[in-house]
Amino acid sequence: MSGPAAVEPLESRRTAWYTGTVVEARPETGSARRLVLEVPDWPGNDAGQHLDVRLTAPDGYQAQRSYSIASAGPGSRVELAVDELPDGEVSPFLVEDVMIGDKLELHGPLGGYFVWMPQSVTHDPRPVQLIAGGSGVVPFLAMVRAHAEAGDPTPFRLLYAVRKPDDVFYRQELAQLAANGLQVDYVYSRTAPHDWPVPAGRITKEALAGFVIPASEKPRVYLCGSTGFVELIAGWLIELGHAAGDIRTERFGGK
Amino acid sequence: MSFITRGFSGRNRERDPRLPPGQTKVEDWPVLSAGPTPKISTDDWSFTVTTETGAQTHWSWDELRALGIEDITVDIHCVTHWSKLEMPWRGVPIDKILAGIPTHAKYVMAHSYGGYTTNVPLDELLNGQAWVAFEADGAPLDPEHGGPARLLVPHLYFWKSAKWVNGLTLMDSNDPGFWEQAGYNLHGDPWKEERYW
Repeated sequence: MSGPAAVEPLESRRTAWYTGTVVEARPETGSARRLVLEVPDWPGNDAGQHLDVRLTAPDGYQAQRSYSIASAGPGSRVELAVDELPDGEVSPFLVEDVMIGDKLELHGPLGGYFVWMPQSVTHDPRPVQLIAGGSGVVPFLAMVRAHAEAGDPTPFRLLYAVRKPDDVFYRQELAQLAANGLQVDYVYSRTAPHDWPVPAGRITKEALAGFVIPASEKPRVYLCGSTGFVELIAGWLIELGHAAGDIRTERFGGK
Repeated sequence: MSFITRGFSGRNRERDPRLPPGQTKVEDWPVLSAGPTPKISTDDWSFTVTTETGAQTHWSWDELRALGIEDITVDIHCVTHWSKLEMPWRGVPIDKILAGIPTHAKYVMAHSYGGYTTNVPLDELLNGQAWVAFEADGAPLDPEHGGPARLLVPHLYFWKSAKWVNGLTLMDSNDPGFWEQAGYNLHGDPWKEERYW
């Protein structure tokens, strides 16, 4: 059967409530902020997993949201990059109000499917294509970091679609990884950098075909972004010959 | 173990008693799927019930709908913390699909086009608790939301309401489905916050 039936074996990482202390906070883009948390008992997480953040008001009112983790592996440092939603409740707090030294309740690590593990674990030599729309790049940071850290021989390629240059998360780190061999392609839908060879515009199926590892190489594809972006790209990937069972998706937002 | 988060007061202060703990009301309808959206024509669609002895019963699109469609209005709750309230749906109750099928099984694995699976106790699919649904909000279900048909089990977290459902397999043991193997709770009661294990 083609499809998401096979779940890869997971290392045992206990999902539980943890308390994290903010040890680093800095602007990531005009609307997003990077937060590094020190979580003393954190069991580590696989690349691509997420966690829930729970905020509690003085009267006991609580709000919970899920965020992808930008870090991976063992260790007590957990990194998030949160994009502020205009009408949001938790993201504006995390982007504007949280300060270094604050404590946050975290539940995780969560998710056992949208994860990447090194070839030494999966014994799968097929190349990996990552496709991000906007803040959907966050779980891929965990993956490209884990890939580099492990010295994994799997060919990796990242396609990153953003509206404008200022929206790029982890610009410097991605440039550094690209200099060390990671293939990164950018698509700008509204404004391109001034020296960019093509005008800004929405991605087309033809352009997509040129930016991804061809279906003939049977890449494992990870696709993360808004619902509209993921639906569009996943549909084109199928038309380009990629097997549905080779495409893992993570979506945010409604339709 | 909860503690007050410094500086947090909350924005959506009105707490609707219909919302289970940890849930937030949404007006749009988020989409969560593990892979691409399958596109299935109702001409090709079929639904199969397999008993614990392996006996199978099949229905076409028209045959299944002919069992009798109900209108229901329910609240739905996703494990990713959003809920939609008072949502109108149309579908065939599981009671009508399983009527006349002999079984001693206690559990069911729902199967979908694309390979998704999820496990539910049989007695939680009966007595007006679950449907194979074709319409929501007054329109045919979009493929992104599981169309042409999805399971609807509104009293459990919505990953149990399998999109693109095409069959139920009756089973003696409570085998885990797709997300259940990946760390989600075997049962998934939103009022008990049975999210993960």
